[in-house]
Amino acid sequence: MNRIKIKSPLDLEKLRQAILAKTDSQKTHVAICAGTGCLALGAREVITAFKEELKKRGLENEVEIRETGCPGFCEKGTIVVSYPEGIYYLQVQPGDVQEIVEKTLVEKEIVERLLYTDPVTNEKAIPEDEIPFYKHQMRLLIGNNIKIDPKNIEDYIALGGYNAVAKALSEMTPVEVIEEIKRANLRGRGGGGFPAGRKWETTRNAPGEPKYVIVNCDEGDPGAFMDRALMEGNPHSVIEGLIIGAYATGSHDGFIYVREEYPLAVENTSIALEQAREYGLLGRDIMGSGFDFDVKIFRGAGAFVSGESSALMSSLEGKVGAPQPKYTHTSIKGLWNKPTNLNNVETWANVPLIINKGADWFTSIGTEESKGTKIFSLVGNVNNTGLVEVPMGITLREIIYNIGGGVRDNKKFKAVQTGGPSGGCIPESLIDTAVDFDELTKLGSMMGSGGMIVMDEDTCMVDVAKYFVDFLVDESCGRCVPCREGLERMSEILSDICEGKGKEGDIELLEELSEVMKDTSLCALGRTAPNPVLTTIHYFKDEYDAHIKEKKCPAHVCKVLIEYYIAGEKCTGCLACLKACPEGAITGEKEKVHVIATEKCSKCGICYETCKFDAVLIR
Amino acid sequence: MKKMTINGIVAQVEDYWTVLEACRFYGIDIPTLCHHEGLSPGGICRLCIVEIGKGKRAKLVTSCNYPVEDGLVVRTHSERVIRARKMLVELLLARCPGSKTLQDLAAKMGVQRVRFKVKNENCILCGLCVRMCAEQMDAKAISFAGHGINRRVTPPFDIKSDVCRNCGACMYICPVCQLRCQGPEPPNVVCGACMNVEPVCLQDNEDVMCYLDTCGWCFKVKPSSLKKSGYGKEKIEEG
Ligand SMILES: Cc1cc2nc3c(=O)[nH]c(=O)nc-3n(C[C@H](O)[C@H](O)[C@H](O)COP(=O)(O)O)c2cc1C
Ligand code: SF4
Ligand code: SF4
Ligand code: SF4
Ligand code: FES
Ligand code: FES
Repeated sequence: MNRIKIKSPLDLEKLRQAILAKTDSQKTHVAICAGTGCLALGAREVITAFKEELKKRGLENEVEIRETGCPGFCEKGTIVVSYPEGIYYLQVQPGDVQEIVEKTLVEKEIVERLLYTDPVTNEKAIPEDEIPFYKHQMRLLIGNNIKIDPKNIEDYIALGGYNAVAKALSEMTPVEVIEEIKRANLRGRGGGGFPAGRKWETTRNAPGEPKYVIVNCDEGDPGAFMDRALMEGNPHSVIEGLIIGAYATGSHDGFIYVREEYPLAVENTSIALEQAREYGLLGRDIMGSGFDFDVKIFRGAGAFVSGESSALMSSLEGKVGAPQPKYTHTSIKGLWNKPTNLNNVETWANVPLIINKGADWFTSIGTEESKGTKIFSLVGNVNNTGLVEVPMGITLREIIYNIGGGVRDNKKFKAVQTGGPSGGCIPESLIDTAVDFDELTKLGSMMGSGGMIVMDEDTCMVDVAKYFVDFLVDESCGRCVPCREGLERMSEILSDICEGKGKEGDIELLEELSEVMKDTSLCALGRTAPNPVLTTIHYFKDEYDAHIKEKKCPAHVCKVLIEYYIAGEKCTGCLACLKACPEGAITGEKEKVHVIATEKCSKCGICYETCKFDAVLIR
Repeated sequence: MKKMTINGIVAQVEDYWTVLEACRFYGIDIPTLCHHEGLSPGGICRLCIVEIGKGKRAKLVTSCNYPVEDGLVVRTHSERVIRARKMLVELLLARCPGSKTLQDLAAKMGVQRVRFKVKNENCILCGLCVRMCAEQMDAKAISFAGHGINRRVTPPFDIKSDVCRNCGACMYICPVCQLRCQGPEPPNVVCGACMNVEPVCLQDNEDVMCYLDTCGWCFKVKPSSLKKSGYGKEKIEEG
């Protein structure tokens, strides 16, 4: 398509009117999530099926199909929303398409079985805002994903996109932009929660040219994908924030650092950059303001530690992506030793909102020191998993029960882990904590990038600590002694405890080691790595004690410490477990109580699963 | 010139110095392992940590690469510093008990036990050899490979590099290769033998030599005098 360059804010407004004029909001159209999660569940086939079905019925010009980014409920993919009514279908398979087209698109009826059904009340929900998972969220950043085809800039512009750039460039000085961001108290969403405005100011005032701005989309947290969802689903919102940040800091070169494992994010972002360039939203003299700025995309190596600021910059310079032993902030001496402002994807995406609606609006959301919303990746033993965007200050309970729908299989809630691999575990007694940067830190955990793992009663907290420590052992760059040696020793001690070889003094040694790692590690990976260990010791000390002193695992997770046995009063002597046991460890006769020979048992748990009378027990 | 405070002493220091250089200029001994005057700072061993700042904001930084600044307040031997250094030595010793340099450090700092499983590696990954080869010998014949616990020093592709001139500089500078310690056998990884030197203090401790740093002799004689410093704590406990 032939694009006209936007040379002024007025041009942008005209373009928006033109786009709105040619789209009929009452026309039937279908939004289908084509995010990574849904694609993995077969969204591509669903899309193809829709196109074929519409063609078959000669409706291809009547009904528009929009491939969108991820709205967050990936577990229930593929997500299909039929407009203008906004009927929200979940778990759509290619086989359901014919029915949707016939019933909903043609006859304007609802396909009940594809709607969200409340697991408790069995009530159906039709539009997005009736679905509990969405109802209790505040979706300022991620809410537009289902309304936008990320490969089409016009969808973004139609929703008011690039207004904030127009406003900043034509009505505000760079210093005014910084003041607005400072007043909004926007804090970094990449983990540290550092005030973005202050960082921008440091970069602006630091000596040296050129200056750089960077988007951090490394997202190495296992299980976290909010940055991917934004970068994939609404890349222009991030690019718009970046343009404003560049203007404010006096930078003309930007980078978007995307991890290798996010090919769709790379693809959509590249297309978005190209389209922004065609419209003159990037390049020379943006919107006639005289401000020049362009952006390159860079594919990172994908190690967890390369998301750390100095590691990321050294990777951009073409070196190994490992943390650098430097005490000068990257905002003063960063990429190629020039002043560099690095922010997380989500941080950047907040910027256009603040510029459009003002700092006063932004600060009306959230708590005293943490403003706005935060996207969490809610996973684990919880009914609804996915991306949830909530205002700061919401309690953990609200997230887990109202949005997450409570703990899976009616199990008891035990703990929630926040902050990614180096976050901490928060016990049930603190579930009414308001979630913000400082409260989580106070509890020994952190906001991190927004991972949130719900754990039920069947979770062993020593095992959890070991799981995260082992992840970090693999991800440590190995440069500095406390992190490399310390993590390995932690893992060693925790393994011993889980295997019944724990000794008196182990807990104290873990604590001592933790303090030193926090105090002396070179980068934040090592400095935060002890959090999972310290919080589990702090909140679940009795569980450590049970492992060490009684050689028992109360949650029945640590294999070496458990024993399968058959409860005589329940056993009917059905022979089922006896036949199922791969080790031949069970003896017994028909209708007589069976017995497990512990020394032969490999603790595979098959008998436990097999017994219909719950006679096989663990102790 | 910049003005800072080191252990309560007001110090005038050159603008381009690191905190380590400033401390050494004032005669304060700070242990280092991965640092060498002729090489760029490594920031690896973390032994050279010092405490800066006050109260809640006090933190540990590595002095070998921390630039001096006006008004900086540095404590080189605070309790927090000593505790951390001892743990670092303990970690390193568990990895590499055959290094005399490490055994000497342990002896000097009163590290009397190693609570981790002993590994007997031949390298503490201090990176001195890598920097020596690249920065002084202009060869880059060896470098780090692998990450995390698999990190190791090796020539590219693990084959002897043709830029290596067999100069031996890497071995000369290595804290493990250069001096081997024959002393310790597990389970007592720490040998402490090097401490058995003749006392340097005045015969009956009318005065002590350790106003800058302890030599380790005295806690054999008068352990109580050292209680506060944290040195030799285990020794005292063990009687
Ligand atoms: C081990 C490690 C991994 C990190 N990974 C990421 C990441 O994947 N994405 C990110 O935005 N920040 C990551 N960070 C934080 C960055 O160093 C940096 O603080 C952040 O990108 C700054 O942006 P913000 O102020 O907007 O949060 C990581 C930090 C550490 C120590
Ligand atoms: S703290 Fe860990 S990841 Fe960071 S520099 Fe040290 S070894 Fe590398
Ligand atoms: S746990 Fe496995 S090995 Fe042990 S008795 Fe049951 S089936 Fe046999
Ligand atoms: S070989 Fe020696 S000098 Fe080289 S890294 Fe290992 S311990 Fe350091
Ligand atoms: S990818 Fe479709 S809902 Fe997340
Ligand atoms: S001497 Fe400073 S970190 Fe090793």
